[in-house]
Amino acid sequence: MSTMIKMVRAFTAAAALAVAAPALAAGDHKPHVDRYQWSFSGPFGTFDRAQLQRGFKVYRENCSACHGLRLVAFRNLAENGGPSFSEDEAKQIASEYTVVDGPDDFGDMFDRPAILADRFPSPFPNEQAARAANNGAYPPDFSLLAKARAAHRGFPWFVFDAFTQYAEQGPDYITSLLTGYVEPPEGMEVPVGQYYNDAFLAGQFISMAPPLYPDSIEYTDGTPMTVEQYSKDVAAFMMWAAEPHLEDRKKMGFRVMIFLIVFAGMLYFTMKSLWRNVKH
Amino acid sequence: MAGHSNYVPQSAGAKWLESRLPVISLIRGSFVDFPTPKNLNYFWTFGGILAVILVSQILTGIVLAMHYIGSTAQAFDSVERIMRDVNFGWLIRYLHSNGASMFFIAVYIHIFRGLYYGSYKAPREISWILGVIIFLLMMATAFMGYVLPWGQMSFWGATVITNLFSALPLVGESIVTWLWGGFAVDNPTLTRFFSLHYLLPFMIFGVVILHVWAFHTTGNNNPTGVQPKSKQDTVPFHPYYTIKDAFAIVVFFVFFAWFVFYSPNYMGHPDNYIEANPLVTPAHIVPEWYFLPFYAILRAVPDKLGGVVLMFGAIAILFVLPWLDTSKVRSGAYRPLFKQFFWIFALNAVALGYLGAMPAEGIYVILSQICTTYYFAHFLIILPLLGFLEKPLPLPASISEAVLKENGGGAGMPAGAAAAPETK
Repeated sequence: MSTMIKMVRAFTAAAALAVAAPALAAGDHKPHVDRYQWSFSGPFGTFDRAQLQRGFKVYRENCSACHGLRLVAFRNLAENGGPSFSEDEAKQIASEYTVVDGPDDFGDMFDRPAILADRFPSPFPNEQAARAANNGAYPPDFSLLAKARAAHRGFPWFVFDAFTQYAEQGPDYITSLLTGYVEPPEGMEVPVGQYYNDAFLAGQFISMAPPLYPDSIEYTDGTPMTVEQYSKDVAAFMMWAAEPHLEDRKKMGFRVMIFLIVFAGMLYFTMKSLWRNVKH
Repeated sequence: MAGHSNYVPQSAGAKWLESRLPVISLIRGSFVDFPTPKNLNYFWTFGGILAVILVSQILTGIVLAMHYIGSTAQAFDSVERIMRDVNFGWLIRYLHSNGASMFFIAVYIHIFRGLYYGSYKAPREISWILGVIIFLLMMATAFMGYVLPWGQMSFWGATVITNLFSALPLVGESIVTWLWGGFAVDNPTLTRFFSLHYLLPFMIFGVVILHVWAFHTTGNNNPTGVQPKSKQDTVPFHPYYTIKDAFAIVVFFVFFAWFVFYSPNYMGHPDNYIEANPLVTPAHIVPEWYFLPFYAILRAVPDKLGGVVLMFGAIAILFVLPWLDTSKVRSGAYRPLFKQFFWIFALNAVALGYLGAMPAEGIYVILSQICTTYYFAHFLIILPLLGFLEKPLPLPASISEAVLKENGGGAGMPAGAAAAPETK
């Protein structure tokens, strides 16, 4: 089995080189996206609760100043298949956010602490305000980002992806981006206010400053406090935010598959016995 | 159809109904007693597969329409509400979006089966033409459905495709404004697309009935292309083909479920998870995969009007295919030259699909032009000539004879003697 996998890997690597060579020769910026191990990949994948909770911590303490999460509600934090905070913990988290409600009996809008039914308030009232505060760049909302970003796989990779169920392009890209702040190649001029990133899809330079530093966010469960670990944790959290029913989906998929295959087998033998005396 | 039924009403209620509306004998004649060639292979199951997908798309679509909001301000979020908060909304929506791709996979196999076995030839021209109409309606439905989630590709795809009509001389600009209901793709465009996206599947359903009616009048084609000669050549549709179709449908649903449950976004584009923004153009605007061959034809021509004409011509040419193919032999199995050209044509179609996904520059444009030329040459030059140049293999006298020969039983063998040795 493992030799088989090695052979496939060797073959695909050779094919990739053959495909990539002309693109590199043309001098294009080719985003460097690595593949990582994810607990939620494959047909039996599930989220790692502790990882989602850590990822949420990274988001809250580090990213949420600029990046919204407008489609996720606080109640989702306590739902099955997610970070599985207790209801009290989720209430506590919600109460630390302020949302605008109203109008009250006097016609005025007012601020109040968020409750479970609220969705995460965005850090900026609109895109213009976000751009004004971020040197003209617009920090995208995190709710769907893990499904809205993917490096182009190209032929023949995308054919294999259908068979291997590779559906983690988003988290792979996010992790690669967050760990992709490397030294620019020698002689390259990096524009002021921008940063060189070898994974960024839209070009070589990104407006976001490197957001993560080692030991900057406290992990109390002994998980290493490295940039790569932070990146993977927040990417896993973003995958859950984008696809909160991922676990339900895969669980149901297995049952549906068993049912369909058994049913197909029964139909097959019924058909064979029916057609036995008909030459066709 | 009803003429094939040997149904005689027994109960008083059935007699009462039959004498007023002979619906029981109609259904029995069409789907129970209907004599069907006994040698149909698995490529013939795709008609049944398509019927089931159409019903599945309509059912999931009806539920989605209960929760979807057709407004540029709310469409994107309403789809996310379905994905997150509606009970099993994620399942219904992934079934519907992947179902569109499954529909096209099945229809392309169905069309290529018809091309290979000459199902378009007399006396089945009407059935073929109705099929092309269904294909066009499907394309319109899928295109408008893709606009509804109001993501970046929805918006920009709609902009690019509707803009094609502006290539028409004199009336082009006015037609585009009329289609949009304004001066850009906007709320009026979205609401009318929603309305039409709900309407067209029922029109497809209606044309499907005509499509089936037509080939139930002429009888099914079959892999030999030889018309059934006697009762020995056919079996009643039920139970022989109901069970075979059911098996094929369930196997197809295993394939369908693979994508729905394990790679639901594989056939989609990540940019469609970004809400539509008229001010930001995506780096590459690509239509859904099933439109890519036609998109390649469109872009192969440097002139906009020429591209549009060729793109629509690529489908329109299918309408006259029954009269372009001059060979009297239906099935490709007995046409040694045609068989080779068929596979070249199929490869060429896949190549066009690949080119449609590539940027329209450099070598890709030249390759698109070569493939487009070949696409039309296949219909306009190769098929008409082959009928005269090709020497077809001898046709079997009947379906039964062909079946016996293929099973290696020999023509002289008594039918009872070889009671299915292959199943032992």
